[in-house]
Amino acid sequence: MFPELNAILNTSPDNFKQGELILVSDRRADASFLVHHFLSFYLKAGCKVCFLGLAQSFSHYSAVSQRLGVSLTQAKEKGQLIFLEVLNESLDVLLQKTSNTKSQALDFLRDPAVGLRGLYDFVRASVSDSGVGGEDDGGVGTVGRWGPPVLLVDDLTVLLSLGVSVGSVLDFSHYCFVTVCSQLKGNMVTLVRCEGEEDEDEDGDEEGSERLLKGLTHQCCLTLHVQGLPTGFCRDIHGQVEVCWRKTQKDKPSNQRKLFQYKVHDKGASFFARGTSSAVL
Amino acid sequence: MGMVPDSLGVRWHSLPCQSILLIHRHAWAQCLNPRPSPISTYGLIIPLSGGWRPGGGGLAVGTVLLIEEDRYNSYSQMVLKYFMAEGVLCGHELFLASAQDHPDDILTELPAPILDDIASHSPMEGRMQLGGPHASQDAMKIAWRYQNLPKVQTALASSSRFGHYYDVSKKMEPEIRQAANCHAFYLPEHSTESSAPHSPLLESYSALLSWGISYRRDSDGGFKGTAAHPFSLAPLAAKSRNVLRIGLPSLGSPLWGDDLCCRDNPAHGHALTTFLYGLRAVLRSSLSVAVLTIPSHLIQNRAVMGNITRLCDNAIALESFKGSDRETNPLYKDYHGLLHVRQVPRLNCLLTELPDHKDLAFKLKRKQFTIERLHLPPDLSETVSRVSRGELAGAAATGTSCGSSGNKHLDF
Repeated sequence: MFPELNAILNTSPDNFKQGELILVSDRRADASFLVHHFLSFYLKAGCKVCFLGLAQSFSHYSAVSQRLGVSLTQAKEKGQLIFLEVLNESLDVLLQKTSNTKSQALDFLRDPAVGLRGLYDFVRASVSDSGVGGEDDGGVGTVGRWGPPVLLVDDLTVLLSLGVSVGSVLDFSHYCFVTVCSQLKGNMVTLVRCEGEEDEDEDGDEEGSERLLKGLTHQCCLTLHVQGLPTGFCRDIHGQVEVCWRKTQKDKPSNQRKLFQYKVHDKGASFFARGTSSAVL
Repeated sequence: MGMVPDSLGVRWHSLPCQSILLIHRHAWAQCLNPRPSPISTYGLIIPLSGGWRPGGGGLAVGTVLLIEEDRYNSYSQMVLKYFMAEGVLCGHELFLASAQDHPDDILTELPAPILDDIASHSPMEGRMQLGGPHASQDAMKIAWRYQNLPKVQTALASSSRFGHYYDVSKKMEPEIRQAANCHAFYLPEHSTESSAPHSPLLESYSALLSWGISYRRDSDGGFKGTAAHPFSLAPLAAKSRNVLRIGLPSLGSPLWGDDLCCRDNPAHGHALTTFLYGLRAVLRSSLSVAVLTIPSHLIQNRAVMGNITRLCDNAIALESFKGSDRETNPLYKDYHGLLHVRQVPRLNCLLTELPDHKDLAFKLKRKQFTIERLHLPPDLSETVSRVSRGELAGAAATGTSCGSSGNKHLDF
């Protein structure tokens, strides 16, 4: 996890808000470093993490997390991390002609029109095992072992590329939000990647990831939007992050925005106010 | 380590690598990477320096390089041929799939390697521009702040030879070519069994992905036995592990049955992206590298191009000057086109190696495909006012007519 980002978000592994949907998005940039941050953050916080790894293989996440001080392999063995490595199992499913009961979570690969019901069932089964909030199943010894459940999705745009409709993805994220955040008081972090300018006129037919972004932005509590610098390419400053808090308190909805610039290092990322990069000062 | 030498004559700035090839006059040495390591599920980590980038060399095993074709598909095909030719000389396995030209025809057109040790261009030449011992004699008196800045180098200086050089005007000799183990997939000759009924994959793409599952080869060399993917070399435990180079020219073109390039709202909008996802799945779990070219100038929907780029690891776009007004632009007179780096890979780490310079131009010479930094030359004209060549040409044409807008001199 990145200490500077924790300071910006005013959280720490010992003290963080529950029941939040955090939306990480990017526009012509790569916000996947933030996903690694949240993964290591919640693992260090002792939460039960369900990670849907759609974009990369397990060893990629494992290698990066190692640098951030967390071992995914150990977390998996302990049962703290449930990792769905879609890449690994996708090939067989993609070329399948009939549904296989074993891999219903990946049914959307075989037939995108089916939607993400199977994937949602997988998520619900993973997070419900945590034994949190008195939902332990007959006292099998897993009561309260881990903290609140967390769902991480990297990333939702891959689902759109595979032919799943925007409506299905929005339904999926809504169901997961209700289950994970509202019922189980856990957190959810998703990544959505966009291309193109924000205010582009798409002739009335808005592009999938833009609609997805708008739908999720409406629902979430915190957004982190990563973009390139408006002035162009710079080696020392990799881009800017706009952090936006929504609904800080239930009775007083307020939108607070802050803009930071960042630079990604080998073992983390540094965030600083605009114009205060060490390369410039 | 774990690097595949890149297409050759490409003068990238490169780091010394274990797979430097020894070239002898009458023979060529096969050199396999000592320990090729795929990125993903084998759990081996490729060091950061193994990644492909303009400042480095080679393509990391397990990644996909996307080349957005230039308008007439000449330079992108050239880069693909370099890639395959390098595979022949390295002794790697090759797999070439094409819907237009027969793969065997493409392979006969591979450039001939230059097997002399003396390169046509000394790799150390770039370094000499830094001006070592002479610098102290030219100490700047007025502009002393600029003393320590490096002189402008157009060449992305390479410190050592990396890979082979090729002569584009000659074809590779059949003996050299046939020594390589090459598998061809020519779409018209392939009976496409129908894919899963609701799958977004087109029949052509699913045939390509499932090619190895149904493929059997009885002759020596090849993928015998188990129903492994052709790209997975795990069953070949007896042989030394080898890298498979996959070449996919003009993917997404209408010849594959894809209407992505034909319509604004294609019916098969997700066929290519689903295929690329499957390709990534295959590459991450095997010792393969893929280079594919896509006619992106035909794709109208930019969002689709964004999705395609994100599903590949490396992405570059070639923009050739042929047929455009840039061909006669004096700024670009030394080059054949521009090279845009669209994406660099993040391999097992947070950081990517960002290129130093984003303005790159390429030129294809007979023995080299050079990529250089594009920069404006210093204006060394003697006139005080900087007159561009265009204005000079305009002034000459208008002659001595007064009152014309091109006339800079005021006459009283």
